[in-house]
Amino acid sequence: MKAIITGQPEQVPERVSSSRRLTERVFQIRESGIVVVLAVFVAVTASVQPRFISAINIQFILLNTTVFALLALGETMVVISRNVDLSVGSVLGLSAYLSASLFGHAHGIPIVVVFLAGLGIGLGCGVVNGLMVSIGRVPSLVVTLATLYIFRGADILIVGGNEVIASTLPPGFTGIPRAAAGGLPYLAIVIAAVIGAGAYYLRSFRSGRELYAIGSSPEAARLAGIPVGRRVFTAFAVSGAIAGIAGVLWAAQYQTVDSSAGTGYELQVIAAVVVGGVAIFGGSGSAIGAALGALLLNTISSALYVLGISQFWDQAIAGFLLLLAITLDRAISVRLAAALRSRSARNGNR
Amino acid sequence: METDDLPVTGTEAARSARRARTDRATAWRRALRWETGLAVLVVFVAVLGSATSSEFLTSGNMFNLAVTTGEVAIMALPMTLIVISGEIDLSVASTLGMSSALLGVLWSDHWPMIAIFVVVAAVGAVAGLVNGLLVTRLGLPSLAVTIGTLALYRGVALILLGAKAISTFPAPYSTIGIIPVPHTDLPWSTLIFVVLAAVAGVVLHATPTGRSIYAMGASPEAARYAGIRVKRIKTLLFVASGVTCALAGVLWTFRLDTAVQNNGLGMELNVVAVVLLAGVSIFGGKGSIPGVVLGVLVFAGIQNALLLTNFNQEATGLVVGGLLLLSVFAPGAGSLAGRIRGKLHGRLSDP
Repeated sequence: MKAIITGQPEQVPERVSSSRRLTERVFQIRESGIVVVLAVFVAVTASVQPRFISAINIQFILLNTTVFALLALGETMVVISRNVDLSVGSVLGLSAYLSASLFGHAHGIPIVVVFLAGLGIGLGCGVVNGLMVSIGRVPSLVVTLATLYIFRGADILIVGGNEVIASTLPPGFTGIPRAAAGGLPYLAIVIAAVIGAGAYYLRSFRSGRELYAIGSSPEAARLAGIPVGRRVFTAFAVSGAIAGIAGVLWAAQYQTVDSSAGTGYELQVIAAVVVGGVAIFGGSGSAIGAALGALLLNTISSALYVLGISQFWDQAIAGFLLLLAITLDRAISVRLAAALRSRSARNGNR
Repeated sequence: METDDLPVTGTEAARSARRARTDRATAWRRALRWETGLAVLVVFVAVLGSATSSEFLTSGNMFNLAVTTGEVAIMALPMTLIVISGEIDLSVASTLGMSSALLGVLWSDHWPMIAIFVVVAAVGAVAGLVNGLLVTRLGLPSLAVTIGTLALYRGVALILLGAKAISTFPAPYSTIGIIPVPHTDLPWSTLIFVVLAAVAGVVLHATPTGRSIYAMGASPEAARYAGIRVKRIKTLLFVASGVTCALAGVLWTFRLDTAVQNNGLGMELNVVAVVLLAGVSIFGGKGSIPGVVLGVLVFAGIQNALLLTNFNQEATGLVVGGLLLLSVFAPGAGSLAGRIRGKLHGRLSDP
């Protein structure tokens, strides 16, 4: 970001760049806050139960995080544009079953084709959401609440009482999450690279920046000539496509897929995104932060398990952290707005 | 709307007042049309139902239909007021689940039933108060807050009950889903719905508070400048929603004679669908209680039809979700078609 600021022509007033620097510093602190919380949390848990930082457990946490972090990337794009996609869990479930059942229907089908099928299914679902939100101008909350149940209902009708079982899946497919180099799963590395690319796109590409503009003020974005409908549509399509891919990975990881795959994931994903510093009011946050949020939630969940606390606490903790994060973000943005206002007033008086 | 920013002269003021009046008249007519449509739909469902299945109009089936829709119908009433005021409460089903779990845990700890009811109602009120305070005092969007509490309250139910199921409730309570109100064919939940609908109807349509709820839904800023206590009324609406959902949780638990952590899971979809089907605008400021009563009847009829045909019961979300989309898209269908036509002709839909 610094490079962009210094690269600006000289006529940009000092005031603007300093305000911008303040804004960016605040959000950097917000994001590094998660890293600190994560580090403290890991240190405390490890001091109580050293098994927590064993190579196997770390690998386990990273693997469990991959699907969530991937879903969080798509959700981040949607939330930044001041929308929400509640249907990701259902899209994941639909894609997981349909793509994994291909192995049973067409023997020897290449794994790449299965991934493409998952991508296509997810993209289709995302396009449906995106069209309804952008052309129908109906709040995304309502549209995706409906499609959450519509996609799940379709999944239940298709699957019936069946399930995909591990023995129909080729070892090359089920081995994907298990392949690791020196204890670090390849999959986690690939996903991290994808998230890095997504984060770079969002902060450095024009269409990525426009999502932030839309989220900050849809009206102003429209007046500035940003194709709001098209950008929001794309965000939903990408979120759907990512959920489709996540579904295939889910199938590879858990190997048994029935019609309940991914139920309730939308809550975990939204919690991860918001805890990771993506403001639910849109306009700020990053894909890296969202991935860190997913990592934090999964680490907490794993710590509960290692410490012998019931897994039943998981959901309450996710909900509580979500509420805490939106409250914190609100407080930050109020303070920041006040600071910027007093700063510009000072400069105006000069 | 497009002349809002022009200076208002004397004749202009008179004209805009007249326009406001006609706007209100058309809005009223439109609402009436939506509700008339629902009434026609109710008759249609009843006729179709009795024509296709001889069981449909029997008192046994009517009882079943009423008892299975009871909790959703009851929760739809406070949701209507909340949506009209411009907010939403997605935590309703989790509040139901939490109070159901609490009821089960306290009963298995041998608390007296009256004390349990008091505690459950109080917890429901607190659940609503948390939503209300976060929304009004911190200015957080109700969507985000209630997604958070949707997870939190369901999480509390999980912590309270875990994988346990409690089903040892005593007879006068556990038969609530089987025995009708004396001298009628209708279940207790219907009676409760009728009473609560009357209360909600009077509050919304015949009191200054009701007018205030419409006003804050139509324009929060204007309502605040008009001296309406927006924050206080919204907080109270969320508290009312919490208490009502706690009541629905008690009814649900006794009807099925089981307290489990996933009671009412996903029921928020049905509640939101009923409310929007009833013609309540998701943008706030529009809707009516008679509409909601009709919406409940249509919803009950459709659900019953799915039950009588051998549709996979697990997949009813498909139909309810479709219904939800239909009811948000139908009011704007005309302008939507225009926009799509505009898009097809390659014109910019709005300058």
